[in-house]
Amino acid sequence: MAERPIVAARGEARDLRGEGGGFRRVAIGTTWFWLLLFALAPNLLVVAVSLLERGEREFVRVAFSVGSYVRLLDPLYAGVFWSSFRLAAIATIVCLLIAYPFALAVARAPLRWRPALLALVVIPFWTSSLVRTYAIVILIKTEGLLNAGLLALGLVDEPIEILYTELAVLIGFVYTELPFMVLPLYAAMEKLDWRLVEAARDLGAGAWAVLWRVLVPLTLPGIIAGSMLVFLPALGMFYVADVLGGAKELLIGNLIRDQFLSARDWPFGAAASVVVTLLMAALIGVYALSQRRLGSRGAA
Amino acid sequence: MIRTLARVYQGLVFLLLYLPIAVLVAFSFNDSRSSLTWRGFTTDWYVKLIEDGDLLVAAGNSAVVALLAATCATVIGTLTALALYRYRFRGKTMAEGLVFVLIMAPEIVMGISLLILFVALGMGLGFTTVLLAHVTFCLPFVTVTVLARLNGFDRHLVEAAQDLGASELQTVARVILPMAAPALAVGWLLSFTLSLDDVIITTFVAGPDYELLPLKLYSMVRRGVTPEINALSTVLFVLTLIVAGLAQRLLRHH
Repeated sequence: MAERPIVAARGEARDLRGEGGGFRRVAIGTTWFWLLLFALAPNLLVVAVSLLERGEREFVRVAFSVGSYVRLLDPLYAGVFWSSFRLAAIATIVCLLIAYPFALAVARAPLRWRPALLALVVIPFWTSSLVRTYAIVILIKTEGLLNAGLLALGLVDEPIEILYTELAVLIGFVYTELPFMVLPLYAAMEKLDWRLVEAARDLGAGAWAVLWRVLVPLTLPGIIAGSMLVFLPALGMFYVADVLGGAKELLIGNLIRDQFLSARDWPFGAAASVVVTLLMAALIGVYALSQRRLGSRGAA
Repeated sequence: MIRTLARVYQGLVFLLLYLPIAVLVAFSFNDSRSSLTWRGFTTDWYVKLIEDGDLLVAAGNSAVVALLAATCATVIGTLTALALYRYRFRGKTMAEGLVFVLIMAPEIVMGISLLILFVALGMGLGFTTVLLAHVTFCLPFVTVTVLARLNGFDRHLVEAAQDLGASELQTVARVILPMAAPALAVGWLLSFTLSLDDVIITTFVAGPDYELLPLKLYSMVRRGVTPEINALSTVLFVLTLIVAGLAQRLLRHH
């Protein structure tokens, strides 16, 4: 409200307390109401539930217990965490390897093509992930188009079984998450000062040196942002594991979902969710730190 | 040489992105239950969709929820953006942090946390809980979109309005909102598609009796591949194309 006093002193603003003050109160009040009730309270409740005991008839029994966290250390569940993180990490790396040269090609395309190319990149981003997961099923199922093609080309003698394997889940993650990697990379490359690349070339840098010592450091914020946008959702997308992995692939998302919808062990599901959130918070912390370091290097 | 290679690669990735969807759309018009061989053109599967009463109920519910959720999220998300843009107030950093939490929180975590909240409040799961949950996950996208637009403005216009005697409400209604309008529209469109497509959060807060399109589609997909699912997916994809096209136009022309 720094800009108000002059106006108020001249007395020109009508109803400053009533109307203007009223709007301010409504905006700030609504913001607090919604954020406290639907962002803060639910997360505190998850932490609270994770520290209670499983109830017989009610969802929880009000008795303090760290039993759920202890259970998570069981090799069975630790294994679920490990395989989920591994799969999400591989998906992130594959997405990065596919998307980086692609975003580079789009960012260097002739100016008149770029809006159309960008639109083509954005459309899958807006399309339902479930629909795109289903599209993968059609393509890779035993009697699907991929096998028909491979058989016709004589590359295989009998259909290969990809559906309901870990590979299918990986393909599903890469396909549904690829647009989320492309967009931040493209945004970083569009802003890039390409004269720096030319300068490096003029000074005799080879293709690898340009890539590793100029392009990658300059587009690092895009690489990190894209990796987070792929890695974090991949942990929770239980339907990709369900539809493409059959019931065989148990990932964190499926584990948490089952605790709430079928096994009815809310404290255990809440504890798993708290651990996922903490691990993500740690990742985001590393991201924020790296951004700050990049920022200070840029300023220096 | 490198340029040709780049174009070929670019084409390959676009093929990778669009081939599965193209196959899905093509086989929604195939006159055969098997999705491998082409037996001629038909629109039977679309007729089947319209004749499926349960599906229409789910689609109707989803349309109502998406329209209401997008509208509420746009109103509340814009109020939040205005509060963060215009005013200094106690705990502002925390409010910004909570918006960030809503964006970054994995959907599954948000789903179970809202379920626990609704049960703790003694609310029965159904329309109301779905609507509240959808408004909550759409809201930060509106706030961020509008805030980005507001930060791109010339602040002098706002100051000029106030120097000319406009009240706070007039300044917001006649100066700030008209300038931010395209961002509001894009936020609404994004919220509408997010609400229409959401599976994860909706799974937790819908309860057993409230049918919604993404949940219905999910249970169909789990049972296997059928041309009806292809038809339904095609309808959803075309809807997405229209909404994304509108959003792109709005962003480019303003």
